[in-house]
Parts: sequence; structure tokens; C-alpha cells
Amino acid sequence: MVPEVTLTLLLVIAFIADFCSAKHTLRKWFNPLMFVLMLAHVLVNLGPTEAATTFGGMYITGPSIGVIKSILAFGTLIVLIQAREWLSREDTAFKEGEFYMLVFSTLLGMNMMVSANHFLLFFLGLEMASVPMACLVAFDKYRHNSAEAGAKFILTATFSSGVMLFGISFLYGAAGTLYFDDVAAVMTTSPLTIMGLVFFFSGLGFKISLVPFHFWTADSYQGAPTTVTGYLSVVSKGAAAFTLCAILMKVFAPVVEYWQYLLYIVIVLSITVANLFAIRQTDLKRFMAFSSISQAGYIMLAVVGNSAMSVTALSFYVLIYVAANMAVFSIISAVEEHNGGTVDMNSYDGLYKTNPRLSFLMTLALFSLGGIPPFAGMFSKFFVFMAAVKGTDVTATSGALAYGVVFVALVNTVVSLYYYLLIVKAMYIKRNDNPLPTFTSSVNTKLALALCIAGIVAFGVCSGVYEWIDTASLM
Amino acid sequence: MEYSYSFLILLLPFLSFLVLGLAGMKMKKPVAGLIGTLVIGSVFAMSVFTAYEYFFAVGRDAATGLYPTVTVFNLTWLKFTELLTFNIGFRLTPISVMMLIVITTVSFMVHIYSFGYMAERDENYKKEEYEPGFQRFYAYLSLFTMSMLGLVVATNIFQMYLFWELVGVCSYLLIGFYYPKHAAVHASKKAFIVTRFADLFFLIGILFYSFYVGTFNYDLSATPGLQSNLAGAAWVLPMALFMMFIGGAGKSAMFPLHIWLPDAMEGPTPVSALIHAATMVVAGVYQVASLFPIWVEYAPNQLHWVAYIAAFTAFYAAAVACCQRDIKRGLAFSTISQIAYMLVALGVCTAVEGEGGVGYMASMFHLFTHAMFKALLFLCSGAIIVIIGSNFKEYMGGLHKYMPITNICFLIGTIAISGFFPLAGFFSKDEIVDACFHYSPFMGYFMTLVSGMTAFYMFRLYYVIFWGNSYYEADPEHRRKPAEVPFIMWGPLVFLAVVSCFAGWIPFGHFVSADGHSEDIALQSLHFGPTAWMSLCVAFIGFGLATWMYAKGTNPVPDMLQRRMPRLHKAALNRFYIDDAWQFVTHKIVFGLFSKPIAWFDRRVIDGTFNFMAWGTQEAGETIRPWQSGDVRSYAVWFLTGTVALTLVLLAIAL
Repeated sequence: MVPEVTLTLLLVIAFIADFCSAKHTLRKWFNPLMFVLMLAHVLVNLGPTEAATTFGGMYITGPSIGVIKSILAFGTLIVLIQAREWLSREDTAFKEGEFYMLVFSTLLGMNMMVSANHFLLFFLGLEMASVPMACLVAFDKYRHNSAEAGAKFILTATFSSGVMLFGISFLYGAAGTLYFDDVAAVMTTSPLTIMGLVFFFSGLGFKISLVPFHFWTADSYQGAPTTVTGYLSVVSKGAAAFTLCAILMKVFAPVVEYWQYLLYIVIVLSITVANLFAIRQTDLKRFMAFSSISQAGYIMLAVVGNSAMSVTALSFYVLIYVAANMAVFSIISAVEEHNGGTVDMNSYDGLYKTNPRLSFLMTLALFSLGGIPPFAGMFSKFFVFMAAVKGTDVTATSGALAYGVVFVALVNTVVSLYYYLLIVKAMYIKRNDNPLPTFTSSVNTKLALALCIAGIVAFGVCSGVYEWIDTASLM
Repeated sequence: MEYSYSFLILLLPFLSFLVLGLAGMKMKKPVAGLIGTLVIGSVFAMSVFTAYEYFFAVGRDAATGLYPTVTVFNLTWLKFTELLTFNIGFRLTPISVMMLIVITTVSFMVHIYSFGYMAERDENYKKEEYEPGFQRFYAYLSLFTMSMLGLVVATNIFQMYLFWELVGVCSYLLIGFYYPKHAAVHASKKAFIVTRFADLFFLIGILFYSFYVGTFNYDLSATPGLQSNLAGAAWVLPMALFMMFIGGAGKSAMFPLHIWLPDAMEGPTPVSALIHAATMVVAGVYQVASLFPIWVEYAPNQLHWVAYIAAFTAFYAAAVACCQRDIKRGLAFSTISQIAYMLVALGVCTAVEGEGGVGYMASMFHLFTHAMFKALLFLCSGAIIVIIGSNFKEYMGGLHKYMPITNICFLIGTIAISGFFPLAGFFSKDEIVDACFHYSPFMGYFMTLVSGMTAFYMFRLYYVIFWGNSYYEADPEHRRKPAEVPFIMWGPLVFLAVVSCFAGWIPFGHFVSADGHSEDIALQSLHFGPTAWMSLCVAFIGFGLATWMYAKGTNPVPDMLQRRMPRLHKAALNRFYIDDAWQFVTHKIVFGLFSKPIAWFDRRVIDGTFNFMAWGTQEAGETIRPWQSGDVRSYAVWFLTGTVALTLVLLAIAL
């Protein structure tokens, strides 16, 4: 329970520190303190986690859970680093304490969700991650966009929670228990179970923003403060994806073929539809929203294989995705700060002329997202594809379908490359008479970028990370 | 741990490359050059120290009586199976230690020499300014040195291949160093494409090898668990090895893949000395030597093919070298011929132990001595080119009066390569000829003939440069008077000349031999066998012919020969039309018959399909845009519709 305990401590410390230091000279230490505490949280929980259960079996932890928690904490750390500049702005500075509290409580919720071994604890974690998240989305509440995004988020989140609870109630009706292991033990193929499966799935599908549960994504991503969008798109998504993977493989193991079909449909839809939408976007944050939907499809591809490799490939993918996506969002928010708050793609035209280094880093991050070797994104996609077809028999219908889905995903990689390169093209090739003037990013942006880019390059070159996750998940 | 510093041998040049490459333009030119030179100097010192440690301080293993193979470090980069892993490491064997010495010595000399060479000079040969791109030049040299060192210390074939490609890139960059010059661009492309084409076979060979044998290691006996694989792979090993050799033949310029090397002389002369004479071009020899036990055990017949190919190349290149006008090209063909010697020596081996393995030692010995005297010859020619301003022999002649030091150094190099006692070439080359006689008398006589040709063409080159009619004296009013080069250039020359004089006396057989046991070189204790006398005689005949034909100002004999056999002369001058044959094959056959139809198919059918798909995607994107309306109620409807639809689909499958 160490991560949960440390996070709760963080939450309390953030509350007290914020409360005590208001209008005080010590205030300037508040931000660094939060950063140091988060760093401590990351470091404390970095080591391998042993398998354990508590709360009468409602809460479990283990090596692979420890790994994903570390990845989530790492992602959050980058979010905090990156948020600094935005938070110190005049219109947000007075409520920066709230930001940290909200982020810590969502992260705590995600950790609970990941560690849940009982549907109720899972639901509690999910809500704990969701409700403060809505506040984060609406953090710039005086900005029309942000308030609207928050409202849309909370409305659809509530709706999806309702649907999911509906599904859980079906499962309870069928099994008479809410413990994961017990539900799995008595599960049979019946219309009730299948309805439970799909309704439950759609609730998490909402969090991961899979098609057709993705509609909120574009609006919320666009309206939310850029930092929050980054948080939503990687950390929140990663946690939900891991949980879904674990629950599908554990609880729904008896109906594996049905959820595989479900995944086939949803993955193909997510990747394809999101790509089609992404091509047409002119707002970069909206664009990244669709990109993240399509990436979610790739993440779920790992689950299709239903093997031990699935968890590893998924965790690795999330890790790389954290690095690449946070790099992009760091740059978006840096550009936004110096551009009067617009995130239009046009503002990137000719960026290379004035900000060559930033453009180069953006290019690296986009290459990684698009899966161009030798960057990490290529390896994470490769492992996901491997996981999807591992152990499947191509002559059987299900196996052939798995290969088919991988093929569709591969074709879509090309499409995604096209739209990622559109930004690269805008930066390097498009002519612009008055491009964004040269600016120097803040230390925080540089630090966040350095971490992300190091991740993109190093994780690509060193396969050791994958092995590390692999051994951790198998322990 | 011993050798724990050795990672610096790779790291330092790499860092120097990064620093010079990224920040070089912000530095003053001499500073950049100095950084590169100091780094390489320290790497040289470390290599010498490593050699001392390896051969003397640690020495032979007490139990086996062999020099041990030391793997200093070996990092796993990618792991496929327990045995099949991509490793990057640092391995010391007798030959890799020898190569460390060769590479760093020549590289260090070239780094120093380039201060003089890469400069623009005024009327009186006084330095005005370092050449543009001076920093870039040193950055590339550092990268090359790192890559070449990485290649020789590779712990496995895949690492070798990795660095193999890197040296190829460096070679490309350095040949094309004067990129505004059309010929340089052409030559660099040619070198890259030809060697890359050959490397493709190397890669295929590696893939076959690793697929069937299940490892990338050189040393099969040391890895338990391979024996069962080997039994199944015995049939494929000869092919895999020969494929790898084709890659080596590309780098080492064996016929018919030699065509890039003469053109590569467009690069700066120090580069020719370092890359295209002493180090990179012997990578092919080093590759075969690294895999030598496997060759002998599993592919003895294919190993002899290597010998035949190399023997033909040696003869061919020597013949072409006899009538080159461009001194650097003359030396380039001589290089091809000498590398072929080394490969012949490896190819005629029939066993690892005893007499059958003499060729291995001879080959490595020749590699060592050749690196020294060929680097010397190239650097001398660079000195001449700096003074004369041209590569062509017509502008030279009679230089011995004006460039005395260069003259002596070039003469030493010439004597060494021609195989006269007591300079370096005599010992190493006669060991090779000896090994050839062990294999078959024909091979022995043939290689003796080629060594006579070597003496002939090298002395011809020497005479036309340093003796004969002086170009300057024919019109002293209008022509620049030649002068000796500055110390920064002749210093390295003298150093290499001294090494060339004494390298032959190194008891090489005690350090490197096929089976690892100490071996005496009979010649060094002055026991001349009949082959040694014969080679000496043949070398004298070559020398005498050259003296008779070229030593005087006018050359009546060659002119007469040229008139008598115009076709032969023209063919030799045109390198027997091999380049044209390749040109025909690539342009007419490959481009015309294959590439053009494929290009048409690509442009029309494939591009068309993709354009259609792109158009379709765009249209589809436009069509579904209204779905994303921004209306939360419609989102809920879609959400629920999706859920219900998915439920129905699953129920339909289930029931």
C-alpha cells in the first residue's frame, strides 16, 4: 500500500502547506516543495513490489501493478514540472494549491483502481479519479472553453458511470459476489454476463476514450488547460487501460473469446475513426485528442493476445506514450504561453526558422508517436503487435481476426504518420512571413522536455527497459 | 580489473567527434585540430599500453600456452534467445590488439600530418590559412577512428557489421570531403554504393549464420549448446561464410568489386593513407581472419576460392598499376594488389595447426607491415601533391633535389613494399609466398611473379616522381620551384619510414599465429630458403627493369612498348574496362530492364492506389465530421447506441 499511503500523505501535506503559506513569504517554496515531494513519491515506489493483498482481499498489489504505478507516478511528475509555468500565471497563481491537491487525489484514485480486486473498490477508485479530474478540466473556470469542457466531462463521466454500474449489477446478479476471483470462478456464458461485460467495458472505454465512447474527448481536451490535457491523455488513460486489461484477463477469463471480439471491433473503430478525424483538425489540442484516441486503440491491441506478454507490452507502451505525448504537450504549452494562448496549427508554420531546437524536439516526439525507428515509439508498437498475435493460431477464426486487426492497425500507422508529419511539415517547410518570434523556454519546460526526450531516445535504444518490465510482470 | 580503461579507447574518439561535430564551427580551426589530435594521441598511448599489457605483462595463459581471448566488457543490447544476442563489447585477441596498434599509429600520424596538408599555401609554400571545413575534417577522422576501433574489438559478427557500416559512412564522408568538386561527389557515391552493395551480402551471410548456428559469436567452440546446431548447419556454413566474404571483398576492393578504390583517391590524401590504404580496406582481411577457425573447419574449399579470387586480383591490380599516370591511383592499385596478398595468404591455409596455418600469420604480418609502409607512401605522395599541386606524373620528375626528405622516405617505402632485404615487406611477403608454395607450386610461382611486378611498378613510380626530367627545370621562369614540406608533414613521414625499416624484425610469429602457439619466422634468423632467394631475384629483376626503362630522363623503352602494343596499353590504362563493364551492367541491364519498368509501376499503379486511398480517407474524414457535433446529448445517445449495438453483436455471436 506504500504508493497509496505516500500519496495520501502528499495530499495532506499539500493541503496544510497551501493553507499555511497563503500570502506568506514562504509561498515561493510551495511549488518546489510539491515537486520534491512528488519526486520522493516516485523514488520511494520505484523498487520492485511484492505480491500482497489487504482489506480482506479487496486490494491487491504485485510486481506488474508496481510497475504501472511507477509509470503513472513518473508521468504525473512530468505533468507537475510542466505545470509550473502555467500555474504561476496571474490568473491561476492564487489557486495553485488546489491544482496539486486535485492531481494527487486523482492519482490516488487511479492507484486504487489499478490495485482493486473488488468491483466496489474499483468503482470507488474510478470515481475518485474522475470527479477531481472534472475540476481540473474546468480549472480555468473563467475561461468559457474550460468551463464548458469541465461540464461536458462531468456529464458524460456520470453517464458512463451509470452505464458501468448497470453492467456491474448484471455481473452481481449473475455471480452473487463482487470479488474479482469469485466472479471469475462462477462465470458462464450467458446473455446476462455478456451484457454485464459490454456495459462494464463501455464505462472504462469512456475513460480510455475508445470509439464509440470517445465523443467527450475532443471537446474536453480542447477546453482543458494544456497541462491537464496532457495529464488526461497519458496518466488517466494509462491507468484505465491497465485496469481494463487486468480485469478482462482476470475476471472475464471464462468469456475470453467474446471480449476478444469486442476488442477487435472497438480497436478497429478507434484507430480508424480517430485517424480520419485527426487528419482534418486545425486545432492542435483537438488534433492530439484524436491522436490519443487512436493511440488508445493501439494500447488495447496488447490485450487482445491475452498472455503474460500483454501486460508487459501494455505497460511499455504506456511508458513510451507518456514520454512522447508529454513532450508534445510540453511544447504545445510552451508555444501557447508565447503565442497569446492559441493552439492553432498555423502558429507552427515556419517555427523551425525561429525556434530550431524546439522544432527538432517536437519532431522527435512526433516521430516516436508515429513509430519511426529508432525512437521508442517504434519498439512499443512492435511489442504491442507481437503481444496481439502471440500464441494465436492463424488458421482459427479468432486468430485470423487477430492478424486482421493487426493489419488494420499497421495500415493506420501509415495514416497516422501522415498527420503527424503534417506538423513537422508545417514547422520545417511551410513558409510563413511572420513566424512565432524566437523565445527561450522556462527551466521547467526544459527539464520536462529533457526527461521526455531522454526517454524517447533511451528507451528506444536500450531494450533493457522492456526486459525490466517483463521480468517484473512475470515475477 | 585489467584493461578497465579500455572503454575509453572507443569513447574518447566518439566524444571528440561529438564535440568537433557539434561545436567545431564555433572553435578556431587549430583548436579543433588539436582536440582531435590530442584525443587520438591518448588513444594511441592507451593502445600501446594495452598491447604491452596483453603481450608482455599478462602474457600467455599458463595452462594452455596461448594468449587468452579477453572480453573486457560485453553489453547485451537485444536478446533474442539465450545464445542469440546483440552485444556491444570489447574483445582483445592477438589480432585485435595488433589492429589497435595499426589503427591508432596511422591515425595519430595522419592527424598530425593533416595540420600541414589541410592548409592553403602561398607562392612560397608558406601556410596562409587552414582549409575551410578543417573542423569537419577532424570530426570525421575521429568518427572514423572510433568506428574502426569498434570494428576490430567487436565481440561478435553483428557488432562488426554495425561498425563496418559506420566506417563505410565515414569513408563516404571523407572521400566527398571536397564536395564542391564534381569528381569527389561522384567518387564518394561510387564508393558508398559499391561497398554497400557488397555489404548486403555480408548481412545476408550474417542472417544465414545466425539463423542456423544460433549465435553471432566468432568462437563456436567456446559456447556450449551450439554443437547440435552446428551439425544441422554444416551445409549452410560455407555459403554464409562466402556471403560474408563478399562483403569483405567489397571493403577490401577485391576484383570485381575493386572499382571504387581508385576513385576514392579524390579524397584528401591523409584520408587515403588512413582509410584507403592502412585500415578500412583491410577490414575484409580482418573479417576472414576473425572467422578463420570456422572457415578452415567448415568451408575449406570456399576458403581456397578466396585465395584464387585474391590471386587474380593481385595480378590484375599490379598490371594496371604499371601504367597509371596519377600517382595516387598507382598507389591505390598497389594497395589492392597488396591486400589481395593478405587474402591469398589466408586462403591457402589448410589447417589451423602447423604448416597449414602459416598463411594466417603471414597475412596478419603483411597487414601490419603494409599498413606502415603504405601509409608512408601515401603521405609522401600527399607531400608531393601539396608542392606540385597535381596528381599527375607529368608535372613531377627530378624532385630528389628539391624534396630530399620525402625522397628518402618514399624510397624506403618503395624498397619495403618491393620486398628487399632487410626492410619490412621482405619478411611478411616472403612468408606469404612460402605459404603459397605449401599450398601448391602454381600459387607460389604466381605470387612470386606478382611480387616482381610490385617491384617494377613501385620503382617506376619512384623514378618518374623523383628522377627523370624535371617539369620545373624545363621552364623555371614560369613554374614554381618545388621545395621540401614543413616539419609537421615530414615528421610523420620519418616516423613511419623508421617503422617500415624495422617492422620486419618484429618476431611476429610469437604474437600472432593461427593456432596461438609461438612460431619462429625463419627469415629473421637469416635462414633463407629457396623461395626467399627466388623472391629476391624476382624483385631485383623488377627493380632492374624499372631502372632500365624509367631512371633516365627520356623513356624510349616504354614509349616503344606503348607503340608496339597500343591496345594492351590502352586497356591497362583504362583498368581493363572493368568500370565500363559495371557501368553497362548497372545502367543498361539493371536500370533499363528492371528499374525503369518498376519505376513506372511504382509511379502509376502504387502511387495511384495510395493517392486514391488518401483521397478516400480525406473524403471519409469530411463525411463523418458532423458526428462530432459538440452536443452532449447526442454524445450520450451515441454512447448508448454503441453499447447496445456491441451487446447485440456479441449476443449474436454467442447464441
